[in-house]
Amino acid sequence: MDILRIATAGSVDDGKSTLIGRLLYETNSITKDKIEALETASKRKGLDFLDLSLLTDGLIAEREQGITIDVAHIYFSTPTRKYIIADTPGHVEYTRNMVTGASNAKVSLILVDARQGLVEQTARHLSIAAMLRIPKVIICINKMDLVQYQESTFEEIKASLTELVAQTTFEGQEVSFLPISSLYGQNITTKAEHMPWFTGNTLLGELEAFEYAETLAHAPARFPVQFVVRPMTEAYHDFRGYAGKISSGTFQVGDAIRVLPTGQESTIATIEKFETKLSSAIAGDSVVITLSTDIDISRGNTIVLANDSAAPQLKDFSAQVCWLDHQALTPGKTYLLQHGINITKAKISQITERLDVVAQTATEGVDSLKLNEIGRIALRTAQPISADVYAKNPSNGAFILIDEFSNSTVGVGFVQ
Amino acid sequence: MNTYQDKIGHFPRQLEDESIYIMREVAAQFERPALLFSGGKDSITLVRLAQKAFFPGKIPFPLVHIDTGHNFPETIEFRDWLAKETGAELIVRYVQDSIDQGKAKEETGKYASRNVLQTVTLLDTIEEFKFDACIGGARRDEEKARAKERIFSVRDDFGQWDAKRQRPELFDMLNGRIAVGENVRVFPISNWTELDVWNYIKEEKMEIPSIYFSHKRQVIERDGMLWADSEHLNKEADEIPFEATVRFRTVGDMTCTAAVASDATEIDVIIEEILSAEISERGARIDDKRSEAAMEKRKQQGYF
Repeated sequence: MDILRIATAGSVDDGKSTLIGRLLYETNSITKDKIEALETASKRKGLDFLDLSLLTDGLIAEREQGITIDVAHIYFSTPTRKYIIADTPGHVEYTRNMVTGASNAKVSLILVDARQGLVEQTARHLSIAAMLRIPKVIICINKMDLVQYQESTFEEIKASLTELVAQTTFEGQEVSFLPISSLYGQNITTKAEHMPWFTGNTLLGELEAFEYAETLAHAPARFPVQFVVRPMTEAYHDFRGYAGKISSGTFQVGDAIRVLPTGQESTIATIEKFETKLSSAIAGDSVVITLSTDIDISRGNTIVLANDSAAPQLKDFSAQVCWLDHQALTPGKTYLLQHGINITKAKISQITERLDVVAQTATEGVDSLKLNEIGRIALRTAQPISADVYAKNPSNGAFILIDEFSNSTVGVGFVQ
Repeated sequence: MNTYQDKIGHFPRQLEDESIYIMREVAAQFERPALLFSGGKDSITLVRLAQKAFFPGKIPFPLVHIDTGHNFPETIEFRDWLAKETGAELIVRYVQDSIDQGKAKEETGKYASRNVLQTVTLLDTIEEFKFDACIGGARRDEEKARAKERIFSVRDDFGQWDAKRQRPELFDMLNGRIAVGENVRVFPISNWTELDVWNYIKEEKMEIPSIYFSHKRQVIERDGMLWADSEHLNKEADEIPFEATVRFRTVGDMTCTAAVASDATEIDVIIEEILSAEISERGARIDDKRSEAAMEKRKQQGYF
């Protein structure tokens, strides 16, 4: 794994930005001029220590209020791999930004203030991590310095979370607990001298050791056609290639394929990556595929293996959704549904239930889903979509809903 | 804890796949896209990615250069060579024209630069060609306001960026739907770091302008940095040019990019320098130092 994407989550003032600043600081990822700028800014705020949170709170409004509003992306690398952190907002009203930031993550860092223990946002973020099928969650009990680094406090919080974790987790998800102090750099990249009782790995140690079983390459083969390459030059007069990024599975030269939704069949003649001809390609590869016969394929079609009789064609289905817009989701309304690169109209026939992600209960018979709310809907699309059940094939099971008039992305859905 | 040897030449290939995917989305979702070309290493990387994304077809959009008139001559020479080499269409518009038309006003004083002025020319060019998407080489690791930028960033009629109105961007799904008059700025190498770009240039054996490598040049010293001497630089009486062996780490205008003393004539040495350097990339960009929120403010006004 070349790149590991991480999302941070937590309530306001749990110290997420400080944690990230600390991680960067201790991995030598901050240049001297940035540290100097940080010293100046810290002094101006009247602080006698280096305020590492100022590294990431970039917007004017964020610095004014001392909170994170939008997702910031932060980068560091170790000899093992490159890390991309999505630093997401802690405020309830920015939950949508949290979902956005976490959508690509393979590890979720959930921060808990050691003085407060389990709060509503902890439950919300655990649920969201489960909804997104994030394979690893590290619950960081932060600010241990403020509870005298007591083991009993850590153990109490851990115990109070056990039931919730059991409710939200899914098979294959790893959840671990870690006592840390971001402010004093305890258990971030080096063992905590103040917590000798903790024998587990440091945060960086956990990240470095994490290997996400690359199940994507073994998932059903799906190739959404993004762009038809037809150079029509002298050298490539009859060339017709289908460009796209394989969303899951593996394709090989010679594979018999079928095109969805048209049902036409052919065989893969070549798989090309710029000037290189490959014998096979896997999930994540951006390639150009040519076929042995001339068939009519356009953007939005999906190429699957011919023998994959279970390849989905959905028109009426149900999905879990998280609402991202100020204007509530109302049944009966038509939206544009974008699955991968494919867009079709969709009508929400019903909101089957609204989920209380904190209490882990569902309410039936609701007539709207408001900003940041999560629920289950039944919908019908104008054209069939080739989406898999999200839990079975996450890279081909999510979609977004777009408001036809404002063009905003108003919701995210997960096929069930 | 990390040694630079570990990082040289370690380009994560996944980044290239993701960027090519974005390039193809631009070509498919928009009617009149353009690639904003500055002549710097980031936009050269963009051209390479566009070339790969549509091969064996040609790049299906023009390269657009906003020429401030203060560019390094080496950059201009390279720009023309690259356009010819790739067969891409090249459109050039001049900040001088905007000044002559009275739409932009030259700054005065010793820190005068045309960096802010190019926004005027850029917005006019977008209007002239009715571009609905402009691809740029900004990266999130460059600066704090950039770290919050989306890959598809919607701008209003005036090219303005509103941080609070950003669309949620989930998974790899890019929503480029816009109203008439709006346009989208697209950042395909958002997730690349400076080091990723250099490692890519190395692995791909890409050509880059000569000023990235060590050379002898007349410079002056100002604010602890080396500035390239040129007719465009407003010098004070005690700022006497002298010859130094330098290279440029980032390439903007001659008036707002500082040089670094360097003997690096090979890309490996450049990468070593970056890994051991104490100054961040934009630390050599004088335009960013105007205030802590300089970048965010310029972006609100339509800057890249």
